[in-house]
Amino acid sequence: MNDSAVFWSRALTELTLSFHIIYATIGVGIPLMIMIAQWVGIKNNDEHYLLLARRWARGFVITVAIGVVTGTAIGLQLSLLWPNFMELAGQIIALPLFMETFAFFVEAIFLGLYLYTWDRFKNPKRHLLLLVPVAIGASMSAVFITIVNAFMNAPQGFDIVDGELINIQPVLAMFNPAMPTKVAHVLVTSYMTAAFLLASIAAYRMLRGSAHVYHKKALYLLMKLGLVFSLAALVVGDFSGKYLAEYQPEKLAAAEWHFETEEDASLVLFGVLDGEDIKYAIKIPYALSVLAHNNPFAEVTGLDQFPKDEQPPLYIHYLFDVMVMIGTLLIVVAAVYVLGKWRNWQFVSSKLFKRVIVAGGPLALIAIEAGWWLAEVGRQPWILRGYMKTSEGATTSGQVDTMLILFAGLYIVLAIGSIIALIRMFRDNPIERELAEHKLVEGCEEP
Amino acid sequence: MSLEVLGISVLWLFLFGYVIVASIDFGAGFFNAYSVMIGKDHILSQVIKRYLSPVWEITNVFLVFFFVGIVGFFPQSAYYYGTILLVPVSISLILIAIRGSYYAFESYSAKSGHIGYKLMYGVTGLFIPASLSIVLTISEGGFVTIVKDQPHLEIAKLFTSPLTWSIVLLSVVAVLYISAVFLTWYGKRANDEHASDLMRKYALGWSIPLVASVIGIMVELKGHNPAHYENMLNLWWLFAMSGVLFIMTLILLGVKKKYGLAVILLVVQFGFAFFGYGISHYPYLLYPYLSVHDSFTNESMAIALVIAFIGGLVLLIPSLYLVMKWFVFDRDYACGKRNHHV
Repeated sequence: MNDSAVFWSRALTELTLSFHIIYATIGVGIPLMIMIAQWVGIKNNDEHYLLLARRWARGFVITVAIGVVTGTAIGLQLSLLWPNFMELAGQIIALPLFMETFAFFVEAIFLGLYLYTWDRFKNPKRHLLLLVPVAIGASMSAVFITIVNAFMNAPQGFDIVDGELINIQPVLAMFNPAMPTKVAHVLVTSYMTAAFLLASIAAYRMLRGSAHVYHKKALYLLMKLGLVFSLAALVVGDFSGKYLAEYQPEKLAAAEWHFETEEDASLVLFGVLDGEDIKYAIKIPYALSVLAHNNPFAEVTGLDQFPKDEQPPLYIHYLFDVMVMIGTLLIVVAAVYVLGKWRNWQFVSSKLFKRVIVAGGPLALIAIEAGWWLAEVGRQPWILRGYMKTSEGATTSGQVDTMLILFAGLYIVLAIGSIIALIRMFRDNPIERELAEHKLVEGCEEP
Repeated sequence: MSLEVLGISVLWLFLFGYVIVASIDFGAGFFNAYSVMIGKDHILSQVIKRYLSPVWEITNVFLVFFFVGIVGFFPQSAYYYGTILLVPVSISLILIAIRGSYYAFESYSAKSGHIGYKLMYGVTGLFIPASLSIVLTISEGGFVTIVKDQPHLEIAKLFTSPLTWSIVLLSVVAVLYISAVFLTWYGKRANDEHASDLMRKYALGWSIPLVASVIGIMVELKGHNPAHYENMLNLWWLFAMSGVLFIMTLILLGVKKKYGLAVILLVVQFGFAFFGYGISHYPYLLYPYLSVHDSFTNESMAIALVIAFIGGLVLLIPSLYLVMKWFVFDRDYACGKRNHHV
């Protein structure tokens, strides 16, 4: 074992995943948003929604490109940085990894077809049909990869006898206990993040003085979608708590600073640790018992049940707090906006409220990052819970630190490049101009 | 056929798919950059762009499919290759990432980029095959030792070996040749005689170094890995077929006839050579440490993967057919009459 290689491998994996997840989340969520907008546009014969879909699709190409190349990177880095882990896990969980390449294949092919056949069909619904495999492919990619991650948390579908793997059941390994909540959580939060990110852009354009009804329609549609998916995320999050309490109690206990196994457990928010004393925290009585077992008086396993060297780092508590706080805030923002539009509350159209919506997109991304760090760090010291520690899975190569620098440089270049490309794309072709040109070409009347 | 042979054959087929489609892409980038330098970019840029735009992402998937598949079917390869390939594959990855994403930035954002970008796109297109081809060299054995139970790559030996450089040379020349032949046909299809004729000249020009580099590799391999060389001689008929097809392609290009057939012959030619090489390499994935038999996964996983693969093909083949029909074989699209870009 090579301690510095372990450290640098973790650092490089964390860097790649943290960067990839931004584009991956967008890549899973946006196709659904495009599909919905285009569907509404076709159904209501409303050009604004069609343009919305079209412009989102253009931006999506840029983000998907980064998603593809960083996804390729993480796919290979799994073997390059964790060869021992992949040698073991490959025998049990290779199936969903393999299926993911097909999902990705279908997505890539139909994205090409969709992008280059705009207005090619007489019946616009046929063009929309091309997007369906893109959205399904994107979501299925997320499903399969998340299954692999779920397996790392709750491995099953094999037996180890005398150091030999036997009784391998690939399908059972896929449908492990962590899988339902994890997959559902990843999917709904991706849709939610996509909605809030796009809403952010619409609100930003309105703040910058564009009063076009196009943005208003976009914002209202997105806030409704954001509300639906953030509520779904809340429900799934609650189920995740129950999964953790049952199968990975040490992760839940570390995230909640729950040291002693006890009944009537309260949920700790924020605070600081002084040894095992929690100071300055907000405690919600019985809430942890409810989260874990749907019963305010239930017993929740604490960290005292686990040896010191099998406990995750305690700072994941803050990651949990960040994720939950942002999620809650976004539910409130979306709910107030949708209600306000319905009940004609003036303040939801105010500049201040728009600023809050603008902040929503980046905040949603921060929540995604916090959630993944929580999931990954919370599994430590295991790479395959109960079977292989992270330090046993890593490469022994002495050059990982150099690779970290190279990849950090790459991600900076990609981040800057993608942001510049996106800004240039939309600044050079604002919606007002595109709408005007569209009218000229098609010669249709103002409704 | 045993499951491991089935597995490696399928993976090899997909790697072959990658070699062909990626070569067209990489070579096109190079020719584009070169034509900018000599001031002929007005001839090539349009044709190249129309071909590349809808397919660049698909190219990448072939590569992902190959490496995910090899870890799936042969998990031990993750251990051996994962440990030794960190540096070379990371470099390829970075090149692929920059090339792919900057292609998207350039072609989808409003303004058309600058000359430096085009040059970079061309140059990375040659470095990627060169860096990936190193993996084939390593698989020949002689550059990996086992130190304290861990495989270890002898980088200095690798980079001073003539075998390495002859394989690098072949990879680059093959990319240029494959791409030139394909674009000769695509240009013709797009009714762009100038572009087609220019590419035809490039194709004929690059055919000579192609032969030279192949001979170079045979000579080097004979000294480096005699067993593999022997196996190749036993499969002489595959390589002979490949040679015959190569000459037929050149004749078609020479007499300016049937470019479509020339492309087919080219693909089959490389197919014969690629499978001749692969079969003679059998059973080793990494000579002499890793063979397809002892690195093979368990039977239940293998069967699951094969079933998944068949299911995947059912999805893939019709989708690829649509791409071919709408972009590659659609004359109106190729010559720019259809422009339905989002």
